[in-house]
Amino acid sequence: MSDSNIIPKWLSVGVIPLFNLFLAFCVSGLFIFLIGENPFKAISVMIKGSFYYPGAIGYTLYYTTNFIFTGLAVALAFHARLFNIGGEGQAYLGGLGVGLMCLIFDQYIAGFLVTILAILGSVIFGAVWGIIPGYLQAKRGSHIVITTIMFNFIAAALMVYLLVNVIIEPGQMSPETRDFATGVGLVQIHMLAKYLGLNVAMSPLNLSFGIALIVSIGFWFLVWRTKFGYEVRSLGHSETSAVYSGIKVSSTIIIVMAISGGLAGLVAVNELLGVHNKLLLGFTAGYGFTGIAVALMGRNHPFGIFLASLLFGALYQGGTELDFEFSSITREMVLLIQGLIILFSGALAYMLNPLVEKIYLKYYGNFNNA
Amino acid sequence: MRKFIQFLTVSIIVFSASVLSADIKPAVIYDMGGKFDKSFNESVYNGAQRFTKETGIKVMEFEVTNEAQREQGMRKMAQRGANVIVCVGFAQADACDKVAKEFPNTKFSIIDVGWLDNSNMRQYVFNEHEGSFLVGALAAMASKTGKVGFVGGMDIPLIRKFACGYVQGAKAVNSKVEVYQNMTGTTPAAWNDPAKGSELAKSQFDRGADVVYAAAGGTGAGVYQAAADSGNLAIGVDSNQNYMHPGTMLTSMLKRVDLATYETFMDVKSGNFSSGVKVLGLAEDGVGWALDEHNESLISDVMKSTINGLSDKVKSGSIKVHDYMSDNNCPS
Repeated sequence: MSDSNIIPKWLSVGVIPLFNLFLAFCVSGLFIFLIGENPFKAISVMIKGSFYYPGAIGYTLYYTTNFIFTGLAVALAFHARLFNIGGEGQAYLGGLGVGLMCLIFDQYIAGFLVTILAILGSVIFGAVWGIIPGYLQAKRGSHIVITTIMFNFIAAALMVYLLVNVIIEPGQMSPETRDFATGVGLVQIHMLAKYLGLNVAMSPLNLSFGIALIVSIGFWFLVWRTKFGYEVRSLGHSETSAVYSGIKVSSTIIIVMAISGGLAGLVAVNELLGVHNKLLLGFTAGYGFTGIAVALMGRNHPFGIFLASLLFGALYQGGTELDFEFSSITREMVLLIQGLIILFSGALAYMLNPLVEKIYLKYYGNFNNA
Repeated sequence: MRKFIQFLTVSIIVFSASVLSADIKPAVIYDMGGKFDKSFNESVYNGAQRFTKETGIKVMEFEVTNEAQREQGMRKMAQRGANVIVCVGFAQADACDKVAKEFPNTKFSIIDVGWLDNSNMRQYVFNEHEGSFLVGALAAMASKTGKVGFVGGMDIPLIRKFACGYVQGAKAVNSKVEVYQNMTGTTPAAWNDPAKGSELAKSQFDRGADVVYAAAGGTGAGVYQAAADSGNLAIGVDSNQNYMHPGTMLTSMLKRVDLATYETFMDVKSGNFSSGVKVLGLAEDGVGWALDEHNESLISDVMKSTINGLSDKVKSGSIKVHDYMSDNNCPS
């Protein structure tokens, strides 16, 4: 990915993404018009549905939290020029970490201690699921794209086996564990607000969002302010020069994949400790894959990832509202709109660059060169 | 002044009329399969459609796409003034329970769940074993080889209940019948894997079975196709699926979730809603077998009279079909 050098940064990262978004909305609007609905009303429902209705912003930020974790996971690997497609499996295994810690300890020790152990468990289990492909890449030359994809399947199969045969709560139909003991888990924001005397609409938003923000700052510090981050970035720019400058390539790869997996594992904290309060099948719901698009759109920078996550969170939540509001807009239609936005702002992100460059040069070119 | 009073009365009448007609706002939360799954969810959809057609009252609908949306959808419907919400399937039990407690003035109705306890909730349980018993008897009578098959979806007690009733029915008309049983899988993906369904059916045909009953949601389509391709017979489930392959669909085991949906809405509309567990079996027409123009050539008069005889005996209680879920066991 290379940003244009001709146009200034505020144009390339500020204005062009907005243009892309606008184009995506235009094409979506066309489809909404074709099925006989008013596109302006639909877009307004989508925006109100993600930020304005009671509880809407809570849901948006709840989805955002998941995307920040998976987006950062993919972005860190990108900095070392590793394509970690295994976020889904790493998040899933993170869930196993959370589940095991809670199920083993919640009868014996205090809730907040269990919660801390469970958070650690999610990071460690996710990290292990990243380390193995990392090791295979570093020491055996197995391509990380292939291994991480395969590890998603292994994670899914493992979780199915465990949830169906081993840790299922006996005597019920759904493959789920028993509920974690009361006192285990992260408090939801609306409960916290109630405690402080504020009335906030109910939503699954919980303290994990705070963890996501802290982790984002930590990510920035790690990548741009530490020796390790420098090594990661130089490895990403050129492996041969990294070797030449004395960077241990294989151990860097393994550590990067460990941190990446650990970040993805934190999705389980938001989902299981924050919302479901038990381990259940399929809680990752594709967040790991969406994380790839989030990292691409966010240009691998935590602030960009935050904005991209917010956009995707709004798309998920606003899409749900669309489905509610219009009987003719089904969830497949919502998927189409989400797909168009990803297409225009992800895959076609640089489509407008030549045009903008031309216009920019026409009006400001001489001035700049002078 | 008189004009004003006239206007006032008219507007009051119009207003109160509109309040009355807006009295019932029904809603359905479909589960992950989506409302057009040709099976379970679609049957609920058909029940809702029937209600809309007969009363002109629109039903609010929502299809969930991830776990968190179940609760969100139900709460949203309740907040929007829905006064009766149908929760579709056991996977929604937790969410439905939670939201029902939050909105004590909203009525809830949940299908395939019988273990919750809310004063504003009606729970529907179906005697699938009774319906499966009848189609099992039909299968054994239609079979020339004396071997019949069963393909289940996800391996859960509910589906074993189907299988258990089917075996008992087959044995009731032919004590020497052999029944092959396979489950498609252990995850929700097993509800929608027609390729695997087709493979399982073929392997049962290879072992000599010539009638196969599929209780597997969308997976069933593969089973029916395999039967049609090889000239064997298949039995559908939940909705009447006879039309899918006329001539090779022996019958379908009907589970009237549409009836449950329709009945819930109608009861709320007429003010007769009652909470508690409702068990719908053969006697209540909650389950049954399908006979229509697509399969009448396959069903002889002898078969018809035998099945009706068995059906009467089950209804009167002189035949007791064992329910797998009562003790997680199937007598062989």
